[in-house]
Amino acid sequence: MTRNGKSLLFTAALAAMVQFGGLAFAFADTTLLNVSYDPTRELYKEFDAAFAAKWKQDTGETVTIRTSHGGSGAQARSVIDGLPADVVTLALEADIDAIAQKTGKVPVDWRGKLPNNNAPYTSTIVFLVRKGNPKGIKDWGDLVKDGVEVITPNPKTSGGARWNFLAAWAWARNQYGGDDKKAEGFVAQLYKHVPVLDTGARGATTTFAQRGIGDVLLAWENEAFLALDELGAGNFEIVVPSISIKAEPPVALVDGNADARGTRKVAEAYLEYLYSDVGQKIAARHYYRPYKPEAADPADLKRFPDVKLVTIDAFGGWKKAQPAYFGDGGVFDQIYKPGQ
Amino acid sequence: MVIDQPFSAAGAQTPPPRSAVTEGRATRVALTVIALLFLAVFLVLPLVIVFLQAFANGVGAYFAALTEPDAVAAIQLTLLVAAIAVPLNLAFGVAAAWAVAKFEFKGKAFLTTLIDLPFSVSPVISGLVYVLLFGSQSLLGPWLAAHGVQILFAVPGIVLATIFVTFPFVARELIPLMEEQGTADEEAALSLGASGWQTFLRVTLPNVKWGLLYGVLLCNARAMGEFGAVSVVSGHIRGLTNTMPLQVEILYNEYNFAGAFAVASLLALLALVTLIIKTILEFRYGDALSGSTGH
Repeated sequence: MTRNGKSLLFTAALAAMVQFGGLAFAFADTTLLNVSYDPTRELYKEFDAAFAAKWKQDTGETVTIRTSHGGSGAQARSVIDGLPADVVTLALEADIDAIAQKTGKVPVDWRGKLPNNNAPYTSTIVFLVRKGNPKGIKDWGDLVKDGVEVITPNPKTSGGARWNFLAAWAWARNQYGGDDKKAEGFVAQLYKHVPVLDTGARGATTTFAQRGIGDVLLAWENEAFLALDELGAGNFEIVVPSISIKAEPPVALVDGNADARGTRKVAEAYLEYLYSDVGQKIAARHYYRPYKPEAADPADLKRFPDVKLVTIDAFGGWKKAQPAYFGDGGVFDQIYKPGQ
Repeated sequence: MVIDQPFSAAGAQTPPPRSAVTEGRATRVALTVIALLFLAVFLVLPLVIVFLQAFANGVGAYFAALTEPDAVAAIQLTLLVAAIAVPLNLAFGVAAAWAVAKFEFKGKAFLTTLIDLPFSVSPVISGLVYVLLFGSQSLLGPWLAAHGVQILFAVPGIVLATIFVTFPFVARELIPLMEEQGTADEEAALSLGASGWQTFLRVTLPNVKWGLLYGVLLCNARAMGEFGAVSVVSGHIRGLTNTMPLQVEILYNEYNFAGAFAVASLLALLALVTLIIKTILEFRYGDALSGSTGH
């Protein structure tokens, strides 16, 4: 093949590909992309259908909602790298902050534009253990006993894992009378009991439940309940620790993308619908603690155990906690040394 | 890469004067059993499990899982990506192999090393390269965004990553073949007045056609099965940017094991078909593949 012929072919092929990529999104006018974190798959499957029906009824327009799921940090990274999300529904504030800081596509004051600090539902961290609780795990202190293997995802990529980390810290801090140095020692000890760090919460659940690795899974409450539902209640038990953390998974409009794609109106309606009675009911059904409990089915609410919850404010809010604990060279980097 | 010669034909006609192995019967049987057991445990068993799991909920559930919209979209995307990536790598592979095998030029060794590069690079890195190149935070990103071109997290990114990963397959298959065949046929054609293009089409290409087909098969199998690189650039949008291997992971993570294994069984089927065609090619055209004779 001649040099010219070859380069012509390549140019043509490249042009075709660029065309194709353009088309894939040009047709996407009435689609909404919700980039979410791992355990929300089932929740948004039901919610998206409900919202699409409602939108059709109100406006006559058909809207298709596309979803993408993964570890919260990894998902935020994808949005930063150009994944055209109209809305993000992630596991923690810090991930949306990162999008705001790195791209400007989310305003820095995004938090508070929606009720309850942009968290339409909350959750907490519980333990999932094998049937009969063979290692006798009752509370955080039992996790560092000899021979106990703990499954939790990587706090660098998973939002849930960061809540796990802080929940453990909160317990230890309380245990040692507010001594953060000792709390750090406990958390460091805890991560020595972790044989594998998955990138996302769902991966950790399958590692624990399907592959049978570890004695206890630190899980989102909703993820633990779902595992019971999906994998047989007889195989696992939920253990509620004495102290846990109130996790507020926030949602936000990605203004930059929604405006570029002309989807702002429907994207805003989508997020607001999460706060409606229908949205709250669906959240509770999928084991998320609703922001408005009165809207949810009382039978669903009864399933949530009472736990003493500390909030992220005990760690100075995410703006302080994120860099201090999970940033490059932060506490997690200092205490987690694989293979030791 | 040198393709094994089929040995079945030779053995039948010339009976060996004495056994080529000195080991006793028991040793031979033991070794054979070990080899077969190994194959059964590591190859046959997983394959059987894939199909068993796929049909665990019945044939109806199997086809329901495959006709579900997201699964159909994943299958279509996988076929589309392969349909773009494989012909491009076919063209590139032939051109590169031709240049390397038939001509002498400066930097030839360097080019050969470059062709092999994707084999030695982790697929995750192959994907990340495109994120660094085309991502919003990259040098090209803002320009692409301003012109409304979406490469990453869309079909073009997946195609690019797939092309990168499957780059060496065709060329690697053809280079040793062409080198072994030498340039005598081409020189004869040229001396008889054929143009360069004619020589390529009528002499070089027919000489390597079976090797080429073989390379394309391997290239296609990898293009459809690639996970790592594609996962990095996909964005995992359901029904839009999930290829079959990614769809398998998603379904598995959603506790939909029958669905996951149904899609996986398609990939396994693809592998089986590739293997069967490869075996037929080696059996029938082993000579042409190894390049020991002409056409």
